Amino acid sequence: MTKAEIVENISSRTGLTKKEVAEAVECFLSTISEGLVRGEHYEIRGFGTFKVKERKARMARNPRTGEPVPVPDRKVPVFKVSRELKELVAQS
Amino acid sequence: MTKADLVEGIAKDTGLSKKDTSVVVNMIIENICKALAEGDKVELRGFGSFKVKSRNPRKARNPRTGESVDVPAKLVPFFKASNELKLKVNV
Repeated sequence: MTKAEIVENISSRTGLTKKEVAEAVECFLSTISEGLVRGEHYEIRGFGTFKVKERKARMARNPRTGEPVPVPDRKVPVFKVSRELKELVAQS
Repeated sequence: MTKADLVEGIAKDTGLSKKDTSVVVNMIIENICKALAEGDKVELRGFGSFKVKSRNPRKARNPRTGESVDVPAKLVPFFKASNELKLKVNV
Protein backbone atom coordinates (compact mmCIF):
# COMPACT_ATOMS: atom_id res chain seq x y z
CA MET A 1 0.00 0.00 0.00
CA THR A 2 1.28 3.45 -0.88
CA LYS A 3 0.52 7.02 0.14
CA ALA A 4 -1.53 7.48 -3.05
CA GLU A 5 -3.77 4.53 -2.17
CA ILE A 6 -4.32 5.83 1.34
CA VAL A 7 -5.22 9.28 -0.03
CA GLU A 8 -7.61 7.73 -2.54
CA ASN A 9 -9.31 5.64 0.15
CA ILE A 10 -9.75 8.55 2.56
CA SER A 11 -10.91 10.94 -0.14
CA SER A 12 -13.59 8.53 -1.35
CA ARG A 13 -14.86 7.95 2.19
CA THR A 14 -14.92 11.54 3.41
CA GLY A 15 -15.80 13.60 0.36
CA LEU A 16 -12.70 15.71 0.93
CA THR A 17 -10.74 16.32 -2.27
CA LYS A 18 -7.67 14.23 -2.96
CA LYS A 19 -5.64 17.41 -2.78
CA GLU A 20 -6.89 18.21 0.72
CA VAL A 21 -6.32 14.68 1.94
CA ALA A 22 -2.86 14.47 0.32
CA GLU A 23 -1.91 17.68 2.08
CA ALA A 24 -3.15 16.37 5.43
CA VAL A 25 -1.29 13.07 4.96
CA GLU A 26 1.95 14.87 4.08
CA CYS A 27 1.46 17.16 7.04
CA PHE A 28 0.85 14.16 9.33
CA LEU A 29 4.14 12.59 8.27
CA SER A 30 6.18 15.79 8.33
CA THR A 31 4.81 16.80 11.74
CA ILE A 32 5.95 13.48 13.20
CA SER A 33 9.33 13.67 11.42
CA GLU A 34 9.96 17.20 12.61
CA GLY A 35 8.83 16.34 16.11
CA LEU A 36 11.29 13.44 16.21
CA VAL A 37 14.07 15.73 15.02
CA ARG A 38 13.32 17.98 18.02
CA GLY A 39 13.44 14.92 20.25
CA GLU A 40 9.70 14.78 20.86
CA HIS A 41 7.72 11.58 20.86
CA TYR A 42 4.27 10.89 19.49
CA GLU A 43 1.97 8.52 21.24
CA ILE A 44 -0.96 7.38 19.14
CA ARG A 45 -3.30 5.22 21.20
CA GLY A 46 -4.11 1.88 19.65
CA PHE A 47 -1.37 2.29 17.06
CA GLY A 48 1.98 2.89 18.68
CA THR A 49 4.60 5.44 19.67
CA PHE A 50 7.17 7.16 17.50
CA LYS A 51 10.27 8.18 19.39
CA VAL A 52 14.01 8.63 19.12
CA LYS A 53 16.42 6.27 20.81
CA GLU A 54 20.10 6.76 21.46
CA ARG A 55 22.46 4.05 20.31
CA LYS A 56 25.86 3.82 21.96
CA ALA A 57 29.07 3.90 19.97
CA ARG A 58 30.39 0.45 19.18
CA MET A 59 32.99 -1.35 17.12
CA ALA A 60 31.60 -3.11 14.08
CA ARG A 61 33.33 -5.09 11.37
CA ASN A 62 33.42 -4.63 7.66
CA PRO A 63 31.92 -7.99 6.73
CA ARG A 64 33.89 -8.16 3.51
CA THR A 65 37.37 -7.42 4.86
CA GLY A 66 36.89 -8.31 8.53
CA GLU A 67 38.37 -4.95 9.40
CA PRO A 68 37.07 -3.35 12.62
CA VAL A 69 35.18 -0.10 12.01
CA PRO A 70 34.12 2.30 14.76
CA VAL A 71 30.41 3.24 14.74
CA PRO A 72 29.84 6.50 16.63
CA ASP A 73 26.93 6.96 19.02
CA ARG A 74 23.83 8.06 17.19
CA LYS A 75 20.11 8.68 17.38
CA VAL A 76 17.64 6.47 15.58
CA PRO A 77 13.90 6.87 15.03
CA VAL A 78 11.88 3.94 16.34
CA PHE A 79 8.23 2.97 16.40
CA LYS A 80 6.98 0.93 19.31
CA VAL A 81 3.94 -1.01 18.19
CA SER A 82 0.94 -0.91 20.54
CA ARG A 83 -0.36 -4.09 22.08
CA GLU A 84 -3.64 -3.68 20.16
CA LEU A 85 -1.88 -3.59 16.79
CA LYS A 86 0.32 -6.55 17.74
CA GLU A 87 -2.77 -8.55 18.62
CA LEU A 88 -4.56 -7.49 15.45
CA VAL A 89 -1.66 -8.68 13.29
CA ALA A 90 -1.05 -11.86 15.27
CA GLN A 91 -4.65 -12.95 14.79
CA SER A 92 -4.54 -12.58 11.02
CA MET B 1 2.62 14.53 22.10
CA THR B 2 -0.68 12.79 21.59
CA LYS B 3 -3.00 12.32 18.66
CA ALA B 4 -4.91 15.42 19.76
CA ASP B 5 -1.72 17.53 19.55
CA LEU B 6 -1.02 16.06 16.13
CA VAL B 7 -4.54 16.88 14.88
CA GLU B 8 -4.28 20.42 16.26
CA GLY B 9 -0.99 21.02 14.42
CA ILE B 10 -2.16 19.54 11.13
CA ALA B 11 -5.41 21.54 11.23
CA LYS B 12 -3.43 24.72 11.73
CA ASP B 13 -0.99 23.95 8.91
CA THR B 14 -3.56 22.81 6.35
CA GLY B 15 -6.50 25.06 7.17
CA LEU B 16 -8.80 22.04 7.43
CA SER B 17 -11.23 21.96 10.34
CA LYS B 18 -10.15 20.03 13.42
CA LYS B 19 -13.07 17.70 12.85
CA ASP B 20 -12.03 16.85 9.27
CA THR B 21 -8.38 16.56 10.31
CA SER B 22 -9.27 14.21 13.12
CA VAL B 23 -11.27 12.00 10.72
CA VAL B 24 -8.35 11.94 8.24
CA VAL B 25 -5.77 11.12 10.93
CA ASN B 26 -7.91 8.27 12.25
CA MET B 27 -8.34 6.95 8.72
CA ILE B 28 -4.59 7.08 8.02
CA ILE B 29 -3.99 4.94 11.09
CA GLU B 30 -6.88 2.65 10.26
CA ASN B 31 -5.58 2.12 6.70
CA ILE B 32 -2.12 1.20 7.98
CA CYS B 33 -3.49 -1.17 10.63
CA LYS B 34 -5.84 -2.85 8.16
CA ALA B 35 -3.08 -3.35 5.58
CA LEU B 36 -0.82 -4.91 8.24
CA ALA B 37 -3.63 -7.15 9.48
CA GLU B 38 -3.96 -8.41 5.90
CA GLY B 39 -0.21 -9.03 5.72
CA ASP B 40 0.27 -6.13 3.31
CA LYS B 41 3.06 -3.59 3.67
CA VAL B 42 2.69 0.17 3.69
CA GLU B 43 5.39 2.27 2.10
CA LEU B 44 5.42 5.97 2.90
CA ARG B 45 8.18 7.55 0.84
CA GLY B 46 10.53 9.76 2.80
CA PHE B 47 9.11 8.54 6.10
CA GLY B 48 9.40 4.78 6.33
CA SER B 49 7.55 1.56 5.81
CA PHE B 50 5.36 -0.66 7.96
CA LYS B 51 5.68 -4.40 7.40
CA VAL B 52 4.80 -7.68 9.01
CA LYS B 53 7.60 -10.05 10.00
CA SER B 54 7.21 -13.66 10.95
CA ARG B 55 8.85 -14.97 14.09
CA ASN B 56 9.85 -18.61 14.38
CA PRO B 57 8.48 -20.68 17.24
CA ARG B 58 10.87 -20.85 20.16
CA LYS B 59 11.22 -22.16 23.65
CA ALA B 60 11.27 -19.49 26.30
CA ARG B 61 11.51 -19.63 30.07
CA ASN B 62 9.22 -18.25 32.66
CA PRO B 63 11.75 -16.03 34.45
CA ARG B 64 10.03 -16.52 37.81
CA THR B 65 9.75 -20.29 37.85
CA GLY B 66 12.45 -21.25 35.36
CA GLU B 67 9.85 -23.43 33.64
CA SER B 68 10.23 -23.87 29.89
CA VAL B 69 7.36 -22.46 27.81
CA ASP B 70 6.65 -22.97 24.12
CA VAL B 71 6.22 -19.72 22.22
CA PRO B 72 4.39 -20.41 18.95
CA ALA B 73 5.36 -18.87 15.60
CA LYS B 74 3.75 -15.49 15.17
CA LEU B 75 3.45 -12.45 12.97
CA VAL B 76 4.65 -9.12 14.30
CA PRO B 77 4.24 -5.64 12.83
CA PHE B 78 7.30 -3.42 12.60
CA PHE B 79 8.34 -0.04 11.27
CA LYS B 80 11.48 0.62 9.28
CA ALA B 81 12.41 4.30 9.16
CA SER B 82 13.51 5.68 5.77
CA ASN B 83 17.09 6.78 5.28
CA GLU B 84 15.88 10.38 5.02
CA LEU B 85 14.23 10.19 8.43
CA LYS B 86 17.24 8.45 9.96
CA LEU B 87 19.55 11.16 8.65
CA LYS B 88 17.28 13.97 9.84
CA VAL B 89 17.01 12.57 13.35
CA ASN B 90 20.70 11.88 13.78
CA VAL B 91 22.07 15.41 13.97
